[in-house]
Amino acid sequence: MDLASAKLIGAGLAAIGVGAAAAGVGNVFGSFLESALRNPAAADSQQGRLYIGFAAAELLGLMAFAIAMLIMFAS
Amino acid sequence: MAGKIDPMHQFTIEPIVGSFQGGNPFVFTNSALWLVIVVGTIYVFMLGGMKRALIPGRWQVAVEGITGFVDNMVVGSIGPEGRKYLPWVFSAFIFILFANLIGSMPFGVIPGAHPFTVTSQFTITGVMSLISFAIVLGVGFWKHGLHFLSLFVPKDAPFIFKLFIAPIEFISFLVRPFSLGLRPFIAMFAGHVLLDVFGNFIVQALNANSPAGYGISLLCFLFVIFVSALELLVGAIQAYVFALLTSLYINDAVNLH
Repeated sequence: MDLASAKLIGAGLAAIGVGAAAAGVGNVFGSFLESALRNPAAADSQQGRLYIGFAAAELLGLMAFAIAMLIMFAS
Repeated sequence: MAGKIDPMHQFTIEPIVGSFQGGNPFVFTNSALWLVIVVGTIYVFMLGGMKRALIPGRWQVAVEGITGFVDNMVVGSIGPEGRKYLPWVFSAFIFILFANLIGSMPFGVIPGAHPFTVTSQFTITGVMSLISFAIVLGVGFWKHGLHFLSLFVPKDAPFIFKLFIAPIEFISFLVRPFSLGLRPFIAMFAGHVLLDVFGNFIVQALNANSPAGYGISLLCFLFVIFVSALELLVGAIQAYVFALLTSLYINDAVNLH
């Protein structure tokens, strides 16, 4: 296998992490909505924590994307 | 016909006045131009809303809504003495918000215009997160002295536990400035790469001159509209997250747990 095709395969493999982060972000908002509908009065006070959780989950996916881009375009 | 798609081209920094030749650092680039545009927009927006009229107009309500929102967030997470840090948190919030929104506007339809997203460069967001961390470290060491280091040690934990947690907390603290700046940068970067790739698909599918090509082109066009809307949402969320995390980190430094 030559270097160029190995690079593309590596970038594709690195991009799998983005999908995992998608599951994570979905989980954050899904669980929030689930409990917010059970107790709507307490939902508004937890908005900040919702976004902290979202940021933490999203960051890892973004890092996977950054790695994929580095593998693909960095010479 | 099917040209090579180059999604990285939109992030190149080109000189507008002067040139990079001979290592000349004083160049007015497209990045600088769009920084000026962003700051000018913020200036006009804020100036229009700071009339302090007794019965506020729409503009004043918009400006007061944003300031009140950030003020609530900062005071809510740091406490009453958090208002001292409001200037930086508000500046960071509104700068990232405006840079993201202006960067997502389709200025490219104007012939000759080359839109550029300021926050799609790590230099900008990285320096902003460094400023946030300079504030955190400065406030922490100034208020608590070396006692600030107890931030890394959990309060009520067995000794063995502390031994393991402290290094992890320390590494997590070291990663924070990096991750804080990386987040808005990559969100804008990834979104613009996606838009560029699918924008190219529209044109290439149209050039194929077949019914299937037109269908694919239309699908890509709808997708680009959807992603543009998502970009606006993500731009606002990233500005909010940057401001929220900055105020949380400052809260760590001010209150120590």
